[in-house]
Amino acid sequence: MTADPLSRVFAALSDPTRRDMVARLSAGDATANQLAEPYQMTLQAVYKHLKVLEDAGVVSRPPGPQPRPVRLEAEVFDLMDKWIERYRRQAEERYRRLDAVLARMNDETPTETEEQKGSAA
Amino acid sequence: MNTVTEATIEADPKVPIIRITRDFNGTPEQLFRAHTDPALYAQWVGPNAMETRVTDWDARSGGSWRFVSTRNGEEYGFHGCFHEVRPDRIVQTFTYEGQPDGVALETLWIEDLGNGRSRLRTQSLVDSFESRDAWLASGMEVGVNEGYARLEGMLADGNV
Repeated sequence: MTADPLSRVFAALSDPTRRDMVARLSAGDATANQLAEPYQMTLQAVYKHLKVLEDAGVVSRPPGPQPRPVRLEAEVFDLMDKWIERYRRQAEERYRRLDAVLARMNDETPTETEEQKGSAA
Repeated sequence: MNTVTEATIEADPKVPIIRITRDFNGTPEQLFRAHTDPALYAQWVGPNAMETRVTDWDARSGGSWRFVSTRNGEEYGFHGCFHEVRPDRIVQTFTYEGQPDGVALETLWIEDLGNGRSRLRTQSLVDSFESRDAWLASGMEVGVNEGYARLEGMLADGNV
Protein backbone atom coordinates (compact mmCIF):
# COMPACT_ATOMS: atom_id res chain seq x y z
CA MET A 1 0.00 0.00 0.00
CA THR A 2 1.43 3.30 -1.03
CA ALA A 3 1.50 6.34 1.22
CA ASP A 4 2.06 8.79 -1.63
CA PRO A 5 -0.85 11.26 -1.36
CA LEU A 6 -1.06 11.66 -5.12
CA SER A 7 -1.41 7.92 -5.62
CA ARG A 8 -4.14 7.79 -2.97
CA VAL A 9 -6.05 10.58 -4.74
CA PHE A 10 -5.61 8.80 -8.04
CA ALA A 11 -6.85 5.50 -6.57
CA ALA A 12 -9.81 7.26 -4.97
CA LEU A 13 -10.79 8.91 -8.26
CA SER A 14 -10.28 5.80 -10.36
CA ASP A 15 -13.84 4.73 -9.48
CA PRO A 16 -16.66 6.25 -11.60
CA THR A 17 -19.11 6.51 -8.67
CA ARG A 18 -16.58 8.36 -6.56
CA ARG A 19 -15.74 10.64 -9.46
CA ASP A 20 -19.43 11.34 -9.89
CA MET A 21 -19.69 12.18 -6.18
CA VAL A 22 -16.79 14.58 -6.52
CA ALA A 23 -18.38 16.21 -9.56
CA ARG A 24 -21.61 16.72 -7.62
CA LEU A 25 -19.79 18.04 -4.56
CA SER A 26 -18.07 20.62 -6.72
CA ALA A 27 -21.50 22.29 -6.98
CA GLY A 28 -21.79 22.46 -3.18
CA ASP A 29 -21.73 20.47 0.07
CA ALA A 30 -24.15 17.57 0.43
CA THR A 31 -25.08 15.02 3.07
CA ALA A 32 -24.39 11.33 2.58
CA ASN A 33 -28.12 10.76 2.07
CA GLN A 34 -28.29 13.41 -0.63
CA LEU A 35 -25.23 11.93 -2.31
CA ALA A 36 -26.76 8.45 -2.18
CA GLU A 37 -30.00 9.48 -3.92
CA PRO A 38 -29.18 8.83 -7.59
CA TYR A 39 -27.32 5.56 -7.03
CA GLN A 40 -28.65 2.01 -7.01
CA MET A 41 -26.69 1.10 -3.92
CA THR A 42 -27.11 0.85 -0.19
CA LEU A 43 -26.29 3.79 2.04
CA GLN A 44 -23.60 1.57 3.52
CA ALA A 45 -21.94 1.28 0.09
CA VAL A 46 -22.09 5.05 -0.29
CA TYR A 47 -20.40 5.46 3.09
CA LYS A 48 -17.71 3.07 1.92
CA HIS A 49 -17.01 5.25 -1.10
CA LEU A 50 -17.01 8.35 1.09
CA LYS A 51 -14.50 6.71 3.41
CA VAL A 52 -12.11 6.13 0.49
CA LEU A 53 -12.49 9.76 -0.62
CA GLU A 54 -12.02 10.95 2.95
CA ASP A 55 -8.90 8.82 3.52
CA ALA A 56 -7.41 10.22 0.32
CA GLY A 57 -8.14 13.75 1.52
CA VAL A 58 -10.47 14.45 -1.39
CA VAL A 59 -13.42 15.22 0.87
CA SER A 60 -13.93 16.00 4.55
CA ARG A 61 -16.86 15.90 6.93
CA PRO A 62 -16.32 18.74 9.36
CA PRO A 63 -17.53 17.94 12.89
CA GLY A 64 -20.94 19.36 13.82
CA PRO A 65 -24.57 18.42 14.23
CA GLN A 66 -25.90 15.45 12.24
CA PRO A 67 -26.29 15.03 9.35
CA ARG A 68 -22.78 16.27 8.71
CA PRO A 69 -22.32 17.62 5.21
CA VAL A 70 -19.58 16.28 2.96
CA ARG A 71 -17.22 18.94 1.66
CA LEU A 72 -14.79 18.88 -1.24
CA GLU A 73 -11.18 19.70 -0.32
CA ALA A 74 -9.89 22.24 -2.82
CA GLU A 75 -6.21 21.48 -2.07
CA VAL A 76 -6.62 18.07 -3.65
CA PHE A 77 -7.08 19.72 -7.00
CA ASP A 78 -3.88 21.65 -6.56
CA LEU A 79 -2.31 18.23 -6.16
CA MET A 80 -3.93 17.06 -9.39
CA ASP A 81 -2.67 20.17 -11.15
CA LYS A 82 0.83 19.15 -10.09
CA TRP A 83 0.12 15.70 -11.41
CA ILE A 84 -0.84 17.07 -14.83
CA GLU A 85 2.16 19.38 -14.64
CA ARG A 86 4.47 16.37 -14.27
CA TYR A 87 2.93 14.80 -17.34
CA ARG A 88 3.37 18.09 -19.17
CA ARG A 89 7.03 18.15 -18.18
CA GLN A 90 7.47 14.67 -19.60
CA ALA A 91 6.00 15.87 -22.89
CA GLU A 92 8.26 18.92 -22.75
CA GLU A 93 11.26 16.70 -22.11
CA ARG A 94 10.33 14.58 -25.15
CA TYR A 95 9.96 17.71 -27.25
CA ARG A 96 13.38 18.97 -26.17
CA ARG A 97 14.79 15.79 -27.64
CA LEU A 98 12.79 16.57 -30.78
CA ASP A 99 14.32 20.08 -30.76
CA ALA A 100 17.74 18.45 -30.82
CA VAL A 101 16.71 16.16 -33.69
CA LEU A 102 15.42 19.14 -35.70
CA ALA A 103 18.65 21.04 -35.02
CA ARG A 104 20.68 18.10 -36.31
CA MET A 105 18.45 17.85 -39.41
CA ASN A 106 19.48 21.37 -40.30
CA ASP A 107 23.16 20.38 -40.25
CA GLU A 108 22.98 16.96 -41.76
CA THR A 109 23.17 16.00 -45.43
CA PRO A 110 19.84 14.56 -46.57
CA THR A 111 21.32 11.28 -47.91
CA GLU A 112 21.25 9.49 -44.56
CA THR A 113 17.55 9.99 -43.96
CA GLU A 114 16.73 9.31 -47.60
CA GLU A 115 18.33 5.88 -47.18
CA GLN A 116 16.19 5.25 -44.09
CA LYS A 117 13.10 6.17 -46.05
CA GLY A 118 14.14 3.78 -48.79
CA SER A 119 14.59 0.87 -46.42
CA ALA A 120 11.24 1.53 -44.77
CA ALA A 121 9.30 1.77 -48.02
CA MET B 1 0.55 35.02 -32.52
CA ASN B 2 1.91 33.92 -29.16
CA THR B 3 4.82 31.54 -29.23
CA VAL B 4 4.51 28.33 -27.25
CA THR B 5 8.11 27.69 -26.28
CA GLU B 6 7.16 25.26 -23.51
CA ALA B 7 4.64 22.49 -23.99
CA THR B 8 1.17 23.40 -22.79
CA ILE B 9 -1.24 20.69 -21.72
CA GLU B 10 -4.97 20.49 -21.37
CA ALA B 11 -6.98 17.61 -19.90
CA ASP B 12 -10.52 18.07 -21.18
CA PRO B 13 -13.07 17.76 -18.34
CA LYS B 14 -15.89 16.49 -20.61
CA VAL B 15 -14.17 13.93 -22.84
CA PRO B 16 -11.14 11.74 -22.04
CA ILE B 17 -8.75 13.79 -24.14
CA ILE B 18 -5.26 15.14 -23.48
CA ARG B 19 -4.12 18.01 -25.69
CA ILE B 20 -0.55 19.25 -25.94
CA THR B 21 0.77 22.21 -27.93
CA ARG B 22 4.39 23.14 -28.59
CA ASP B 23 6.30 25.36 -31.06
CA PHE B 24 9.53 24.25 -32.73
CA ASN B 25 12.49 25.73 -34.51
CA GLY B 26 11.99 23.72 -37.66
CA THR B 27 9.93 23.79 -40.81
CA PRO B 28 6.66 21.84 -41.05
CA GLU B 29 8.46 19.51 -43.47
CA GLN B 30 11.20 18.80 -40.89
CA LEU B 31 8.67 18.24 -38.12
CA PHE B 32 6.76 15.87 -40.39
CA ARG B 33 9.98 13.99 -41.15
CA ALA B 34 10.84 13.72 -37.44
CA HIS B 35 7.48 11.98 -36.99
CA THR B 36 7.57 9.70 -40.03
CA ASP B 37 11.24 8.74 -40.46
CA PRO B 38 11.82 5.82 -38.07
CA ALA B 39 15.51 6.61 -37.51
CA LEU B 40 14.66 10.17 -36.49
CA TYR B 41 11.56 9.19 -34.51
CA ALA B 42 13.49 6.68 -32.37
CA GLN B 43 15.87 9.45 -31.34
CA TRP B 44 13.30 11.45 -29.43
CA VAL B 45 10.13 9.49 -28.73
CA GLY B 46 11.17 7.10 -25.95
CA PRO B 47 11.37 8.07 -22.31
CA ASN B 48 14.76 9.09 -21.00
CA ALA B 49 17.25 6.38 -20.18
CA MET B 50 15.41 4.09 -22.56
CA GLU B 51 16.74 2.64 -25.75
CA THR B 52 14.04 2.80 -28.43
CA ARG B 53 14.06 0.33 -31.31
CA VAL B 54 11.58 0.64 -34.17
CA THR B 55 10.54 -2.87 -35.24
CA ASP B 56 7.76 -2.09 -37.74
CA TRP B 57 7.25 1.10 -39.65
CA ASP B 58 5.07 1.96 -42.61
CA ALA B 59 4.28 5.66 -42.27
CA ARG B 60 1.49 6.03 -44.79
CA SER B 61 -2.30 5.96 -44.58
CA GLY B 62 -3.29 2.40 -43.69
CA GLY B 63 0.23 1.48 -42.55
CA SER B 64 1.29 0.34 -39.12
CA TRP B 65 4.07 0.92 -36.62
CA ARG B 66 5.66 -0.71 -33.60
CA PHE B 67 8.54 0.20 -31.37
CA VAL B 68 10.14 -1.31 -28.29
CA SER B 69 11.70 0.67 -25.48
CA THR B 70 14.21 -1.04 -23.23
CA ARG B 71 15.28 -0.11 -19.73
CA ASN B 72 17.42 -2.30 -17.46
CA GLY B 73 16.73 -5.30 -19.69
CA GLU B 74 12.96 -4.80 -19.50
CA GLU B 75 11.12 -4.29 -22.77
CA TYR B 76 8.05 -2.13 -23.27
CA GLY B 77 6.30 -2.53 -26.61
CA PHE B 78 3.99 -0.02 -28.30
CA HIS B 79 2.12 -0.42 -31.56
CA GLY B 80 -0.61 1.07 -33.67
CA CYS B 81 -1.82 1.97 -37.15
CA PHE B 82 -1.30 5.04 -39.23
CA HIS B 83 -4.88 5.93 -40.08
CA GLU B 84 -3.94 8.92 -42.17
CA VAL B 85 -0.55 10.45 -42.95
CA ARG B 86 -0.35 13.76 -44.72
CA PRO B 87 2.09 16.65 -44.31
CA ASP B 88 -0.11 18.78 -42.04
CA ARG B 89 -1.93 16.02 -40.14
CA ILE B 90 -1.16 12.54 -38.86
CA VAL B 91 -3.87 10.33 -37.35
CA GLN B 92 -2.78 7.12 -35.66
CA THR B 93 -3.77 4.62 -33.02
CA PHE B 94 -1.58 3.89 -30.00
CA THR B 95 -1.52 0.82 -27.78
CA TYR B 96 0.83 0.06 -24.91
CA GLU B 97 1.35 -3.69 -25.14
CA GLY B 98 1.35 -4.00 -21.35
CA GLN B 99 -2.35 -3.06 -21.59
CA PRO B 100 -3.26 -4.63 -24.92
CA ASP B 101 -6.99 -3.81 -24.66
CA GLY B 102 -6.33 -0.11 -24.36
CA VAL B 103 -6.14 2.02 -27.48
CA ALA B 104 -5.80 5.75 -27.94
CA LEU B 105 -6.63 7.71 -31.05
CA GLU B 106 -3.95 10.33 -31.64
CA THR B 107 -4.17 13.28 -33.98
CA LEU B 108 -1.21 15.53 -34.72
CA TRP B 109 -1.47 18.83 -36.52
CA ILE B 110 1.56 20.61 -37.93
CA GLU B 111 1.10 24.30 -38.54
CA ASP B 112 3.51 26.63 -40.38
CA LEU B 113 4.43 29.65 -38.26
CA GLY B 114 6.79 31.09 -40.89
CA ASN B 115 10.47 31.91 -40.48
CA GLY B 116 11.33 28.21 -40.26
CA ARG B 117 9.12 27.68 -37.23
CA SER B 118 6.18 25.32 -36.74
CA ARG B 119 3.51 24.57 -34.19
CA LEU B 120 2.71 21.00 -33.21
CA ARG B 121 -0.67 20.25 -31.68
CA THR B 122 -1.48 16.75 -30.50
CA GLN B 123 -4.69 15.29 -29.19
CA SER B 124 -4.97 11.87 -27.55
CA LEU B 125 -8.44 10.43 -27.16
CA VAL B 126 -8.50 7.42 -24.84
CA ASP B 127 -11.43 5.09 -24.23
CA SER B 128 -12.29 6.13 -20.68
CA PHE B 129 -11.51 8.67 -17.99
CA GLU B 130 -9.92 5.80 -16.03
CA SER B 131 -7.47 5.22 -18.88
CA ARG B 132 -6.72 8.88 -19.22
CA ASP B 133 -6.07 9.31 -15.53
CA ALA B 134 -3.87 6.23 -15.58
CA TRP B 135 -1.95 7.78 -18.47
CA LEU B 136 -1.53 11.02 -16.65
CA ALA B 137 -0.37 9.15 -13.59
CA SER B 138 1.88 6.74 -15.50
CA GLY B 139 5.54 7.46 -15.31
CA MET B 140 4.89 10.02 -12.62
CA GLU B 141 8.21 9.10 -11.10
CA VAL B 142 9.64 7.61 -14.29
CA GLY B 143 11.70 10.04 -16.18
CA VAL B 144 10.94 13.14 -14.15
CA ASN B 145 14.15 13.29 -12.16
CA GLU B 146 16.33 12.02 -14.95
CA GLY B 147 14.53 14.47 -17.22
CA TYR B 148 15.59 17.37 -15.03
CA ALA B 149 19.13 16.07 -14.87
CA ARG B 150 19.25 15.78 -18.64
CA LEU B 151 17.76 19.23 -19.07
CA GLU B 152 20.33 20.70 -16.72
CA GLY B 153 23.04 19.04 -18.76
CA MET B 154 21.62 20.48 -21.96
CA LEU B 155 21.39 23.94 -20.42
CA ALA B 156 24.97 23.67 -19.18
CA ASP B 157 26.14 22.71 -22.67
CA GLY B 158 24.25 25.62 -24.16
CA ASN B 159 22.08 23.28 -26.20
CA VAL B 160 18.78 24.71 -25.05
